[in-house]
Amino acid sequence: MGPLIQQGIINPEWNSIIAFVIGISFGFILEQAGFSTARKIVGVFYGYDMTVLRVFLTAVVTASIGLLYFNYLGWIDLDLIYINPTFIWSAIVGGVLVGLGMIVGGYCPGTSFAAAAIGKIDGIVFIGGLFIGVFFYGETYNWLFKDLHEAGNLGAITMYNLLGISSGALEFFFILFAILLFWMTIVITKKFSNKLLKY
Amino acid sequence: MEKLQEPKKYMNPYLAGFLLGLTMIAAFYFSGRGLGASGAIKSSVTAIVSAVAPEHANNSEFYSSYKGEGSSPLNSWLVFEMIGFIFGALISGYIGGRIKKDIVKPPKVKVNTRMIMALIGGIVAGIGATLGRGCTSGAGLTGMSNLSVAGFISFMAMFGGAFMFSFFLRKYWINR
Repeated sequence: MGPLIQQGIINPEWNSIIAFVIGISFGFILEQAGFSTARKIVGVFYGYDMTVLRVFLTAVVTASIGLLYFNYLGWIDLDLIYINPTFIWSAIVGGVLVGLGMIVGGYCPGTSFAAAAIGKIDGIVFIGGLFIGVFFYGETYNWLFKDLHEAGNLGAITMYNLLGISSGALEFFFILFAILLFWMTIVITKKFSNKLLKY
Repeated sequence: MEKLQEPKKYMNPYLAGFLLGLTMIAAFYFSGRGLGASGAIKSSVTAIVSAVAPEHANNSEFYSSYKGEGSSPLNSWLVFEMIGFIFGALISGYIGGRIKKDIVKPPKVKVNTRMIMALIGGIVAGIGATLGRGCTSGAGLTGMSNLSVAGFISFMAMFGGAFMFSFFLRKYWINR
């Protein structure tokens, strides 16, 4: 029964090797899907290439159904997995800044590594920027970011806790929401594909 | 002869998404945690600062939180995962015939302009990913997979934010 490290079924010394292998799969898939070029990343926002949104949503739907199913079958104890803590304000402001960085630089942190790995110089420069950004944050944390970073703490809360419904019901609504977004990606692609918006 | 070196087509997005979802499940099943990317940079920056100015790092509330227990800040799950990530992307790029020194930029944009934009974008995303406790992978993808409220907020903020600002950058990317 999982998670295998937390349950003591696998020796924690194996954790780094597991991380490495999972990383190989992660990097391989992102590069295979075309996330190693800013063209694809930016395409979502100008309507000429919806790959990023499609991959992202399919992954989330697959993983969230899988986790609930594993839990249902008793293969994983969801109480032992890491749930991202919710700090409302930093999540909103931080998220918008990641979005701004993505549309200015053409990458997000993960995709810039995929780009750099296959020789894209702009990806390497973006990573340089990430280091500077994190360093700047670290140096100014106490007087600039700390209050915002810690504000609006709701704890490690899930959507079904928040809404007071079962995880299955939440998943059902989430799948409907995802289908709506998939349909939107098709409509948007059709609308923009003949308008020469590509570069 | 050029034809022979033409890069192979990318994977179907839904298949890629499905496989990425399985990778996420594996991460949770084995290690009880999801995927991430920016965490490895936070650890690396902490490691560099600790090496250059150990006193300063120890006194800093921020760096202390990334130092981990005892050993090097680089001894973290996300650092090993990102080392694997680079290998995985390399293997995929090699198979696809896409490994090439290159700069991705819109045709009319100068190389220097593109480099400055990439650097600024990286800086802003670096600040955002630290403030928001994760990037598109760690906060968005992983956060939504475990159905955390944080994940949904991050996803909407990131994609909504990028979409909002894309209007102001349309001349840069698509020249209209």
